[in-house]
Amino acid sequence: MKNKKIIQSAVSSLIFPLVSIIVAMLVAVIFVMWAKHISFIKGFQVMFKAIWNGSFGRKDNFIETLVYVIPLLFTGLANAVAFKTGLFNIGVEGEFMISIAVGAIVGTIQGIPPVIHVILVLISGTLAGVIWAGIVGYLKAKVGSNEVVNSIMMNYIALYFSNYLVMGPFNQKGLAQTADIQPSAMLWRFLGENYRLNIGIFIGLLMVVLVYIFFWKTTWGYEIRAVGINQYAAEYGGINIKKNIILAMAISGGIAGLGGAVYVSGIQHHAIQMVSFTGYGFDGIAVALLAKNNPIGVIFSALLFGALNTSSISLQMANIPKQIVFLIQAIILIFVASDYVYKWIAEKRRKGALLNE
Amino acid sequence: MDFVVEMKGITKVFPGVRANENVNFQLKKGEIHVLLGENGAGKTTLMNILYGLYQPDEGEIYVKGRKINMKSPSEAIANGIGMVHQHFMLVQNFTVAENIVLGKEPKKSINLDMNKAVEDTKKIADAYGFKIDPNAVIEDISVGQQQKVEILKALYRGAEILILDEPTAVLTPQEIEELGIILKNLVKEGKSIILITHKLKEVMGMSDRVTIIRRGKVINTVNTKDTNIEQLAEMMVGRKVNLVVEKKPAQPKDVIFKVEKLEALDHRGLPALKGINLQVRAGEILGIAGVDGNGQTELLEVITGLRKAKSGKVIINNKDITGKSPKEIIESGISNIPEDRHKRGLVLKYSLAENSILGMHNKKPFANGIIMNYAKIKEFARKLIDEFDVRTPNEDVAASSLSGGNQQKMIVAREIAKDPDLIIAAQPTRGLDVGAIEYIHKRLVEERDKGRGVLLVSLELDEVMALSDRIAVIYDGEIVGILDAKDATENDLGILMAGGKLESLSKGGVQ
Repeated sequence: MKNKKIIQSAVSSLIFPLVSIIVAMLVAVIFVMWAKHISFIKGFQVMFKAIWNGSFGRKDNFIETLVYVIPLLFTGLANAVAFKTGLFNIGVEGEFMISIAVGAIVGTIQGIPPVIHVILVLISGTLAGVIWAGIVGYLKAKVGSNEVVNSIMMNYIALYFSNYLVMGPFNQKGLAQTADIQPSAMLWRFLGENYRLNIGIFIGLLMVVLVYIFFWKTTWGYEIRAVGINQYAAEYGGINIKKNIILAMAISGGIAGLGGAVYVSGIQHHAIQMVSFTGYGFDGIAVALLAKNNPIGVIFSALLFGALNTSSISLQMANIPKQIVFLIQAIILIFVASDYVYKWIAEKRRKGALLNE
Repeated sequence: MDFVVEMKGITKVFPGVRANENVNFQLKKGEIHVLLGENGAGKTTLMNILYGLYQPDEGEIYVKGRKINMKSPSEAIANGIGMVHQHFMLVQNFTVAENIVLGKEPKKSINLDMNKAVEDTKKIADAYGFKIDPNAVIEDISVGQQQKVEILKALYRGAEILILDEPTAVLTPQEIEELGIILKNLVKEGKSIILITHKLKEVMGMSDRVTIIRRGKVINTVNTKDTNIEQLAEMMVGRKVNLVVEKKPAQPKDVIFKVEKLEALDHRGLPALKGINLQVRAGEILGIAGVDGNGQTELLEVITGLRKAKSGKVIINNKDITGKSPKEIIESGISNIPEDRHKRGLVLKYSLAENSILGMHNKKPFANGIIMNYAKIKEFARKLIDEFDVRTPNEDVAASSLSGGNQQKMIVAREIAKDPDLIIAAQPTRGLDVGAIEYIHKRLVEERDKGRGVLLVSLELDEVMALSDRIAVIYDGEIVGILDAKDATENDLGILMAGGKLESLSKGGVQ
């Protein structure tokens, strides 16, 4: 009986994102028609086939989709944790980047036994993320400075600081990158060395479960959610708001940092000089929004965004501009955002009506 | 027909609420007509429709026999309708005259003709017997005076029909009496008045006719002289109500809670508390009476740790808790029914189960270390729901889906379940229906009889007088008198609430 209800509510909360994905696809077809001068049906076929083959249809591409999913799981979760507390951690990108650099440096240390080395890389990356986001959380809690502005600034500090590390003290001579990490620091690629897919994906799924438990089964999660929904009631209930703001930012940053470390130790194996941001952190915002900050939902929305990203190559091969992917992502987001806005207005109107009595 | 206003078949639906359903309302020329109903019954909505703030989904409005499409307040004003809202809409740093002419200023070429504005204000104030200084600045005058300015503003715009929304909520008993005289004068001058209220005593004292609204529907319209308070209460609530709080004399024991020379600032940084001294004994209810904004909110915030004290002490069970965190204060035996249940009392999106442990969520058996035990939490919530008769399908629904009365019962249940030595009850029945009020009053008296101390703060003088064993009056951040409830009269309290002095007190009488 109760399980049935939970399933029902899960299904009804899924309908909106699903509809928005379908509508986004249909709108994207119009642009395909425009770019290729073909009919709607034909355009739909071409585009859908390219996306399907590029993401799920072929084994290689499917595996590559999963590779994309790995960082998005972490950055999506990181954003969801912050959103749940009513914070906008735009700094997930920076936390992700700085921990790539830190993870790459720790990974190059020689002579550490295999399992311990990997764990060391993951822990150091996580800590880097915790510190990066913790600074923002601390400033927000103690001085009241805006976390959006500060975390954006921290992104740039992360970008240029990690570039300094990569090109300065830890530069691999002749290359715009650090040295490759030791094999002992690499996450296991369980489908063989030909594929970049690694056990990082299971670490990501484990984090989903942990975040779920954290939110809904622990007192910390109870407090964080309460602060996110109604700060005044939380304060009245003896919940320390400042502590929870710092905690939420630190956890958010820690997850992002773990993601960066997994990225370096499982996928990229070194840190490179960056011209601009990786984008995983920002995509994580979209992933969290589409998932409505639900950790389980993050799996599916990470899968969708991962699939769209991988399919950009096959779209180009089908002579469809790869920007169509961004278009689809943008339309989905507009829908999701408009749902938030609609609910916000409805709530306001209802409140207004009640308050006037 | 001699109806100046006729509303026919008005229906207004808000998302999730049927605020008005096929409402018919008629106002005779030269009468004071009360619109009576509980909070949320739809009185204000109906008047907002008449004033053009809302458009009805169905129904017609006639003013002096002419059908009017009330699109906006300016339409209403043009038709001689004026409204005084519950929350005044005055420019704080303008003078009385400036506020009255605002939007319809007398001009000398393109400049404001200030002399004429003052003159006009004087003329109109004298005509209706208002005593008011046109050159006084709004922020310096009392709330009662501000209300007069609002009424004058409407009259200046040529209002023939005045709507007053809960006009007595912010007034002392003496000011209410004065308002009654003003309204009688206005009627004599041929104005018609609609009074929105849920206070039965005022209905009897002020009105000619009453229209009772319950859940958006008109129950009846009666002549005031043909009815009585009991009948009105029954029509308003829909069943017989017990209007008196039944309680035995208090058996007070030792002082468990003390506030000593407490000083604090308000959110603007101005002194809000100027040396408050209070004592609550176990087994008594100490009521704090006062007009809104005299330091009540700040006092409770300091006691519960939400606001810093500037100096002074708050002591419970001989333990100094001044400046401690809300968590420590809850743990030292104070629980708090907050004045704003939506802002402070509940996390509305949380389930009842989750709300039932707010403030106890770290304690066993609800949490073991940091892992919460939801089975125990739900069991606890179910127990509270049963014991306090909270009407809800189950403990998993969000607190927001409950009615105000049931939300408040849930808060009261939780705060009593904390097994405190002192219960702070701030406006515990604001906006509730009579049934819930009855229940919460009964519970507070019960807790008193169990030997807990209760500190009651309410803007409703009737509530303070009905519940308290002793009454402290707060005025401008100071306790200006403490009376024994059985000796306190409405008149005496009113004088103290307005900042006056009592003979008996100055001679060292009851203290």
